[in-house]
Amino acid sequence: MGLLSKKDARLILDPLADNNPITIQVLGICSALAITAELEASIVMSISVLFVLGVGNVIISLMRNIIPSKIRIIVQLIVVATLVIIVDLVLKAYAYELSKTLSVFVGLIITNCIIMGRFEAFALANKPWPSFLDGIGNALGYGLILVIIGFFRELLGSGTLLGFKVLGDPIEKTGVYALGYENNGFMLLSPMALIVVGIIIWIQRSRNKDLLEDELVGHCDI
Amino acid sequence: MEKTTDKNSYTLLFAIGMVVVVGSILAFAASGFKDKIDENKRIEKQLNILYAMGVNENEESSMSFVSKDIVEDEFKKYITKQFIIQGDKISEDNNAYLLDLKKEHALAKGPSHVRRLPLLIGEKDGIKYYIAPIRGKGLWDAIWGYVALDENMVVLGAFFDHKGETPGLGANINQRFFMDDFIGEYLFDESNNFKGINVSKSNADPKNMDKKDNEVDAIAGATITGDGVSAMIKSELRLYLPYFENLKN
Repeated sequence: MGLLSKKDARLILDPLADNNPITIQVLGICSALAITAELEASIVMSISVLFVLGVGNVIISLMRNIIPSKIRIIVQLIVVATLVIIVDLVLKAYAYELSKTLSVFVGLIITNCIIMGRFEAFALANKPWPSFLDGIGNALGYGLILVIIGFFRELLGSGTLLGFKVLGDPIEKTGVYALGYENNGFMLLSPMALIVVGIIIWIQRSRNKDLLEDELVGHCDI
Repeated sequence: MEKTTDKNSYTLLFAIGMVVVVGSILAFAASGFKDKIDENKRIEKQLNILYAMGVNENEESSMSFVSKDIVEDEFKKYITKQFIIQGDKISEDNNAYLLDLKKEHALAKGPSHVRRLPLLIGEKDGIKYYIAPIRGKGLWDAIWGYVALDENMVVLGAFFDHKGETPGLGANINQRFFMDDFIGEYLFDESNNFKGINVSKSNADPKNMDKKDNEVDAIAGATITGDGVSAMIKSELRLYLPYFENLKN
């Protein structure tokens, strides 16, 4: 990484695996369950969060010395909400189709606690450039997991990927359906996303023993 | 010493300042984009209405609307007349398709307002399409659609959309596999009673071969959205019955 110093590169790379916001910090589970029934939705949500978290982290970082500590959470919330509304308006005006695909996700970004988490834990104490990298890194880490979950849920639940029938037609009984395969409707429901997340966490921790905690620390995320 | 940013007076001023700044930015942005957004919505309505009457660029299994550049001309070409029906009164109105159904629903709750119903008449290949914009409730938010009927109220085409149904489940009401099922469906049962079209989970006819059963196949995992579509079709299209009865006489 010639472009970034070692420390900066870690800001981007760490959240992708060893400090992943979803699987390690257990943040952002809510949207990971809600919107991953389709791969496309997962991708779109990841891009939206990438933008909001990258820009939001920079704004909060720039304001870090003037934000009154007593109302900092409210200030953070206002920054997220403003960004999200502006993104929504711009999309509606110039990319109407895309804004229709996004519909509920735009609003959901506000409730994504990864964003508040990074504002609070990083941007408030760091300069804009590292904050930007931290935002991008965490959003990518979040997006990566979302895309993995979306991939398996859409493939096993609907037999499609990005809407393409990759496994054949379930009603006409072509492709693997001819062999007696059936879609698992359960994959379309939110609880299965949690199970997929659980499997990812299991694989990740069994490959890297450092991630195992001596004592489980409770996390709270809604 | 206490930091300046910890003082109550500073906090208060900061809060007020922030609200003013953010409020102005948002107000400015909203009014700046309003015209463009309204225009997009109008074009979308035209696309959806044309889609319902079969003017689209669907290929075998893909779904696409006519191009945005020509939608204005296509709309003028295919939609020959637009009416607003209010009780017994029928008046022609070239912007009937823009009638805000949400407002009409709200107004119709009051005792003195007779609901206005938009009806569009289109003509394609010598066939007349009677297109009714409808609106109802899904699981999370509003759902709406455009149903094209022939003079016997047999569905010639339908388009549905939603504001915020669950992605992958209820949100699929705007997909072809769901909407195409409605084509050819009867709104009346065999003894000529108005039944609407039921989005049914227990429909033993997934390929929808039987068009007279007043049923289409539901989307798995989207029970409430599906019920919303059934209810919307039943309650909204029922309002058009007098018009279609007049048409026969």
